[in-house]
Amino acid sequence: MVSRRVECSKQLAAIAAKLRVDVMEMVFRVQTGHLGGSLSAAEILTTLYYHQLNVDPNNPDWPDRDRFVLGKGHAAPALYVVLADLGFFPREELKSLRQINCMLQGHPDMRKTPGVEMSTGSLGHGLSAAIGMALAARLDGKHYHVWALLGDGELDEGQIWEAAAYASFSGLTNLTAIVDFNRVQLDGPTDCILCMDPVADKWRSFGWNVVEADGHCVDSLLKAYEEALAVTERTGKPSVILAHTVKGKGVSFMEGQAAWHGGVPNAQQYEQAMKELTQQLELRGDCGCSR
Amino acid sequence: MAEMIATRSAYGKALVSLGARRNDVVVLDADLSKSTMTAEFAKAFPDRFVQMGISEQDMMATAAGLAAAGKVAYASTFAVFAAGRAFEQVRNSVCYPQLDVKVCATHAGLTVGDDGGSHQAIEDIALMRVLPNMKVFVPSDATVTEWIVKQAAEVPGPVYVRLGRLPVPVLYQPDQRFEVGRAATLRNGNDVAIIACGLMVSKALEAADILIAQGIEARVIDMFSIKPLDLEAIACAAADCGAIVTAEEHSIIGGLGGAVAEAVTSAGKCVPVERIGVADKFGKSGKPDQLLEAYGLTAESVAQAALRCIARARGM
Ligand SMILES: Cc1ncc(C[n+]2csc(CCOP(=O)(O)OP(=O)(O)O)c2C)c(N)n1
Ligand SMILES: [Mg+2]
Repeated sequence: MVSRRVECSKQLAAIAAKLRVDVMEMVFRVQTGHLGGSLSAAEILTTLYYHQLNVDPNNPDWPDRDRFVLGKGHAAPALYVVLADLGFFPREELKSLRQINCMLQGHPDMRKTPGVEMSTGSLGHGLSAAIGMALAARLDGKHYHVWALLGDGELDEGQIWEAAAYASFSGLTNLTAIVDFNRVQLDGPTDCILCMDPVADKWRSFGWNVVEADGHCVDSLLKAYEEALAVTERTGKPSVILAHTVKGKGVSFMEGQAAWHGGVPNAQQYEQAMKELTQQLELRGDCGCSR
Repeated sequence: MAEMIATRSAYGKALVSLGARRNDVVVLDADLSKSTMTAEFAKAFPDRFVQMGISEQDMMATAAGLAAAGKVAYASTFAVFAAGRAFEQVRNSVCYPQLDVKVCATHAGLTVGDDGGSHQAIEDIALMRVLPNMKVFVPSDATVTEWIVKQAAEVPGPVYVRLGRLPVPVLYQPDQRFEVGRAATLRNGNDVAIIACGLMVSKALEAADILIAQGIEARVIDMFSIKPLDLEAIACAAADCGAIVTAEEHSIIGGLGGAVAEAVTSAGKCVPVERIGVADKFGKSGKPDQLLEAYGLTAESVAQAALRCIARARGM
């Protein structure tokens, strides 16, 4: 059962806009946490958790739930905001992000945080873990679906491609990967660090279906999820959604800037960021879809 | 108050001066050059900097290839990925063929802080120490760091240098002389020996100050050379003091404490060894100082261990 499946795309866009405000507030308060990759994943996480995933905040260990693995574990702040808002744990916890003895560790910890399915933070592990969960579902005759969100920099890791080969080889149809395709990693743009283009061709040659989406447009994402599931069902091959995004999305001076991968704003920058993010929240739902 | 410099910053600086002196030095990084400080080398010598992307295993074996073709390859990433993720590449492509790869790993230990347990390497000394042909160094300050980073190019074969994120006090004068396999004795005393490495050396000095107030004279030894280990310094400490405390920002299993305990028993010395370190637990998020406190890596806990150790020695 989806606790509250949101159908209206305007509302989903508004939730994503609110998520950005919450993430900014949370990270500014504690002066630590990764903003760039959290802001770029706002619509992806919103559409997954408020529309797509079959999860129950009141029963986080429900055996039939869908699984979500945050391969790019540094985007934990965005995941935490979603989980708190859905009621997996009290919102109050958001205030102690990354603080000593807190529930919300710097990177997702499945033993500390209800709703977190896998401990991540070391890039490249998430897809493998998702495959393990999908294999377990198959063994148990269960019908849950496993989703994994990967960074585009994370695709540098060889383990991703070992996992990709295995998933298609074993014909997993209960697995979907999403790439937060923001073209920036830690040291700089992927174009300068390690460009994996043509990314779509790589996945295809590894036996995956590729679906492209505008990662900031909820309609485009919802359509992509539907298409990914349908084509996987039809072909017997797992699907990957390349969600085209902007790192630091929503804050003009953070957008596309590697410096804001892990940077935290000072008071003046925070004020500017909040002005822009709250403005977008007021304009809720106007997603300017390009696809 | 001593000047505070992170050993990773000293590393970044030392690499640049080394690069100017030797053009066979190449530096590799795995999308963390701004954090490991190899970005400074990249800026100074872009042609000799290899940005590998987020592929630590690939980086280590590529470094091995560069070394096999005559380069001295410095490979950097966080300690958890250098020693952990790429362990087997370091073992089979670097140590087994005895290649000139100098693994300089930053963000070791709990003082990574906020990022949490997934990023805090508390096992890297153990992992690297166990490898044949590997030399392991844990510099305590900027001065030793600068020396070892340059020295590593002269020492043939694989080297692991463990560096920290946090600024730490400068303990040595710039003209201090060091030697591979020779510990530095920072304070003399015959009541108890505190053998420390990394940022725990300055805690050990503070502990010695606490102990002096109680009439106990502690010897403080900076064991920056974990492998080769200074067996003579350990044997002397055992003979002269009869009680040894080790202190490290690492698991108490297999690191400095393990190495010292092995050395003490192998030398047939019957002295108690108290190990201060991370007690077989993972780290967690928090501010560096809070974490050091929470895991008992403080001057006070070192001083208390010294008292316990002395009491045990008397009872033996
Ligand atoms: C194995 C591993 N190597 C290095 C890091 C350090 N690191 C954290 S985030 C990051 C960049 C990630 O870029 P990307 O996957 O594109 O994420 P996004 O742009 O979505 O933030 C790096 C290198 C890590 N967490 N894990
Ligand atoms: Mg990216």
